[in-house]
Amino acid sequence: MKENALRFFFAANGVLAIVILLGIFSLLFTESLPALKELGVGEFLFHLCWDPTSPERASYGILAMVLSTFMVSFGALAIAVPVGVACAAFLADVAPPQVREFLKPVVEILASIPSVVVGFLGVVLVGPFIARLFHMPSGLCALNGALLLAVMALPTIVSICEDAIVSVPQEFKSASLALGATKWQTLVHVTLPSASSGIIAAVMLGMGRAIGETMTVLMATGNAAAVPRSFLDPVRTMTATIAIEMGETVQGSLHYQSLFVIGLLLFCMTFAVNVVSDLVLERFQRVRR
Amino acid sequence: MRRIMAIVLAGVFVPTLLFSQELLQIRGSDTMVNLVQRLAEVYMEKNPQVACAVSGGGSGVGIAALIANRVHIANASREMKEKEYAAAKENGVIPVEIAIAIDALSIAVNSSNPITKLTKEQIGAIFRGEITNWSEVGGPNLPISLYGRQPNSGTYVFFQEFVLGNKNYSPRMKQMNGNAQIVEALRTDRGGIGYVGVGYVRDEHGQVIPGLKVVDVAKEAKSPGVSPLVTENITSGRYPIARALYQYSKGTPKGAVRSFIAFELGPEGQKIVEEMGFYPVSGKYLEANKKLGF
Repeated sequence: MKENALRFFFAANGVLAIVILLGIFSLLFTESLPALKELGVGEFLFHLCWDPTSPERASYGILAMVLSTFMVSFGALAIAVPVGVACAAFLADVAPPQVREFLKPVVEILASIPSVVVGFLGVVLVGPFIARLFHMPSGLCALNGALLLAVMALPTIVSICEDAIVSVPQEFKSASLALGATKWQTLVHVTLPSASSGIIAAVMLGMGRAIGETMTVLMATGNAAAVPRSFLDPVRTMTATIAIEMGETVQGSLHYQSLFVIGLLLFCMTFAVNVVSDLVLERFQRVRR
Repeated sequence: MRRIMAIVLAGVFVPTLLFSQELLQIRGSDTMVNLVQRLAEVYMEKNPQVACAVSGGGSGVGIAALIANRVHIANASREMKEKEYAAAKENGVIPVEIAIAIDALSIAVNSSNPITKLTKEQIGAIFRGEITNWSEVGGPNLPISLYGRQPNSGTYVFFQEFVLGNKNYSPRMKQMNGNAQIVEALRTDRGGIGYVGVGYVRDEHGQVIPGLKVVDVAKEAKSPGVSPLVTENITSGRYPIARALYQYSKGTPKGAVRSFIAFELGPEGQKIVEEMGFYPVSGKYLEANKKLGF
């Protein structure tokens, strides 16, 4: 009796997560459907620029926005992944215990900095620095956003990678060392590949964080609607667009529904990232067996 | 931690339980938020039975909230659009417009820029992206970088209608969150140009903020440039880029809403308007307010 009740309780929790996910998806879908019907999918996918309040011709192109989001997110990962994995390997494998006891909380404190504060640092510190470095008039650009997001994704990547590296069985390392490999060779050829599934999970979580981050990019990237030509151009991401415009639209208007179209696409993107990471993880685990 | 939270919450709620105050919700224009907050502070000192909550978010946000019946007063730095009136009517809200101050938009550049005068037409062309280098308007050979506001701002809409001739902004314009951010950016960007309320280009001593330069604006190429920093230029209507700052109430203002607006339009309120870097209501707006009995 008790056994059954408990089983039901856990099953219900599992189902609840799925119900919530489907609920969010269907809400986004139903809210954005009228706009998709009225404007057609082509209006969103084949125009570059987004200017729904234009007095001349309202345009709802999301290409520039999607490109901006990708630039900022992948830029952040390109910085955060090497640094994060190296930092995690140091913490797990190299650092003496005292250093580790001190460094691990420090990295975790990084995670608790509110995104508004990080954005502010981007405006007053990183932005002017970039402007001086590249002799640009203003430092509000994709690179600024990427740097800040890298800092924000680091704690996630470091702590999950570190757990993965620590959980590699000692026998693997001992065997490698016994065969005459140096500590460095063991780390690169044995420990990191064994921990790869955890590392990939960390990277994917970091990416989800980067794609979904709003306030920081809104403050630090300049929000110009044009298609960015390089990392030194101002960009406007999907999240920033929703955040800027959601408050001013009248509920149920075409503009409001088109913002939901962006949200739907964002949801699909993060969903795809997670599915891909799951598939990759599964393959790795199969190879290891 | 919990205990602290409880104390804080009690500190917030108990006073409100002891004094059953009337709460005025006011939301909207970021340009007006500091002004209306100041007005509300002074008003509440005199009328402890009323509490005012003033927040920003942009004129569009305030108007949307008024339409949805969530606030008593919407602050707007632009006139309401036909579409918004229609949406309000559907919801059974009849917005009434009251001008509480006059604002002038100054055109600001970096202090290293030798430009002193631009015509309204040139400014429009610059922000439409037709003029992209300072050499085209008699300045140095330097690309122009544009700073503007975001579409939820009344300033953005007013400037688009009034200066750009209701044409699109250049997609290269960086959209900043507020007046202060534009000022901050212009101080470091040698090729920058931006539009901000006159109240935001002076520091607390009434001087133009260091690193910033306010350009004189001419109606046409032949007419002289007019500086927004001289009060008479704005109250006389000579400065080309000026606008009224409005409050919208639901129907003809009554009760606490009416007494608050009457305070704003009275001598004391209008003095605060000037202290905050704006200009007192004059001309046709005064007439319109008289019709409402203020």
